[in-house]
Amino acid sequence: MGWKTWSLKRSPWVFHVNAGACNNCDIEIVDLLTPKFDVERFGIKLVGSPRHADALLVTGVGTKQAAIRLREIYRQTAKPCVVFCIGACACGTGIFQGGYHVAGPVDQIIKEVDPNAIIAYVPGCPPKPEAMISGVVKALSVL
Amino acid sequence: MKQILRKPVLAVGPIHPLQEEMEFYQLTVDGEKVTDIDVRISYNHRGIEKISESLQFDQVPFLVSRVCGICSASHPLAYVQAVEELAGVKPPERALYVRTIINELERIHSHILWAGLAGHFIGYDTVFMWAWKYREPVLDLLEEIAGNRNQYGNVKVGGCREDVPDELKPKILNEMDKLEKKMNMLVNAVLDDPILHARLKGVGVLTREAGIKYAVTGPTARASGIAIDVRRDDPYAAYDDLDWNVITQPEGDVFAKVVVRLLEVLESIKIVKQGVKKLPGGPITTEVKEIPAGEAVGHAEAPRGETFHYVRSDGGNRPVRHKIRAPSYVNVPSFKASCIGANIADVTITLAAVDPCYSCTERLAVVDRHGSILQDYEALLALSRQKTERIKKEIDTPELKMEDV
Amino acid sequence: MNLQELNGKLSQIKDKLIAIEQKTDKRIFLSCEAEDAYAVNKFLFEDAGCRFVIATGIDSDDCFEVLYHFAYDQLGCVITLKAFIRDRQSPAIESIAPFLPAAEWIEREIHDLFGIDFKNHPNLRRLILSDDWPQGVYPLRKEVKK
Repeated sequence: MGWKTWSLKRSPWVFHVNAGACNNCDIEIVDLLTPKFDVERFGIKLVGSPRHADALLVTGVGTKQAAIRLREIYRQTAKPCVVFCIGACACGTGIFQGGYHVAGPVDQIIKEVDPNAIIAYVPGCPPKPEAMISGVVKALSVL
Repeated sequence: MKQILRKPVLAVGPIHPLQEEMEFYQLTVDGEKVTDIDVRISYNHRGIEKISESLQFDQVPFLVSRVCGICSASHPLAYVQAVEELAGVKPPERALYVRTIINELERIHSHILWAGLAGHFIGYDTVFMWAWKYREPVLDLLEEIAGNRNQYGNVKVGGCREDVPDELKPKILNEMDKLEKKMNMLVNAVLDDPILHARLKGVGVLTREAGIKYAVTGPTARASGIAIDVRRDDPYAAYDDLDWNVITQPEGDVFAKVVVRLLEVLESIKIVKQGVKKLPGGPITTEVKEIPAGEAVGHAEAPRGETFHYVRSDGGNRPVRHKIRAPSYVNVPSFKASCIGANIADVTITLAAVDPCYSCTERLAVVDRHGSILQDYEALLALSRQKTERIKKEIDTPELKMEDV
Repeated sequence: MNLQELNGKLSQIKDKLIAIEQKTDKRIFLSCEAEDAYAVNKFLFEDAGCRFVIATGIDSDDCFEVLYHFAYDQLGCVITLKAFIRDRQSPAIESIAPFLPAAEWIEREIHDLFGIDFKNHPNLRRLILSDDWPQGVYPLRKEVKK
């Protein structure tokens, strides 16, 4: 494992992208920063730019309008990176399946840019913060 | 319309993790003053109204509670009330109380969430951390009642799916007492703080007249002296059985909106305590045979304002048309009235003050008359915080006093 | 105004209306032809002092409908005006945004989703469909399947 992957595993910096979500997953992600869960003590840090990120936390179904941005964000994210599909919508469009404005699910959108993208799934509606932490740790331990 | 939105959006600025949704605001400025403001939405459009037409009446609540995660109890309630009106169904009394308790717990956690974000926007990250810490026990209570911290799936045509177990009642009352102490501390700290006064008073004013023309609703309206509240005006659930007050402020500025929301949390605590104490016995659901042809409307007071649903049926088992109006749809456009003429350092907090269902300023760009981008979101957030720092120096008082109560 | 006064007020425009239906104390449904909708809406907002809530577009088989929902909060009353647009080929109706800025967005949305033209709208551009959504495809029309 190269030193890049090693440092990603030690202290992953994550960038959050809302690709057409209802906000439930998003507020639970923000909850991770707050005193009850406080992920910074695990070295997980939310950053303000995809260029600094090791992982993308993507929520939402991937609407047609958001898909364009999502692909661009993926391109701009430093590699190697892991894409986490957070929530039922990101994992498989959930209850919005078949909607006329839905371009997702997220893994399909990302694979259009990079068929070999590393994608991890954290289902739930929304997944509890504990589930998100567990999902991130599990995925990184497999890398 | 400048097509500046087409420039590589990432060059404009990052998506800040606290800006939950993608929206693209474009400000045109002349020096430090905003001369025009526009927004591109669509990033969040999931075509829910069309999907609703393919679901059965009883499946729709699960869909609409995901219109917005923070108003997730209000949307299905408004919808279900419309269908109950259409079908002439009256849910049992206990169900009305359960609906009230859950909706008020949601209002509490939503307003406290907003208070935290507002603190973040002006550089008071302590407020953000403390507010979100206070919120957690409320989410835990909701999880104990409905099984999920943020999506309750609790309302159905004819009543509720999950009951408030009697064994839980003492715990709810206990948590509300504890929260009340903490909220009183927070309210006093905020109302007395001279820096917050200087930073937020007179900022982002939405006059009463403008509020009426933009048809605003919820705390955005009440903070401009427009005394409307669906819970009192067209009572639903158990609100007319309980004793509580509608909170209004006349000034229309950001400070007024802060006051309204914080005081509403205290009112909601009152409502929850009364609801739990007076919770009647009996079933929580009543049988619904069929939904006849016809049309009806239903509305509920979500944390952000009036949530309005219109349902039309042709006698089949799916809605023929389902119109959903979230409160932010009318509140957000009022930025035209509150931001134009304002200082750019105040834009982030003014946009956030209507508590939009997307945490606004996600995509926020300042352009000059020729369409060149001058400032991105990070720059605007920095301006907002710098203004707070400047004021702190001028007033020379210590930061907001928060204590563990 | 109490309910009687409100009803009295509404009867002042009854020459523009096809029907007034009082379903309950708090639910009133009015209907009119598209040409008269502007005047009725103006009356409801300015004369009767109602609050605009939202508008709903509907694709009914033989016509389009635009429903304007208003609230008279003092009585907790919701008044819905149904405007019938009979011309299905080029559906159009007068915009109420010039006197009611609150209606600007919803008229743009109905235009996006149904293809109804709002005459004299100050800013009738795309609102909620994506930049790459094809022109002329109106997703909430019945012919467009899910």
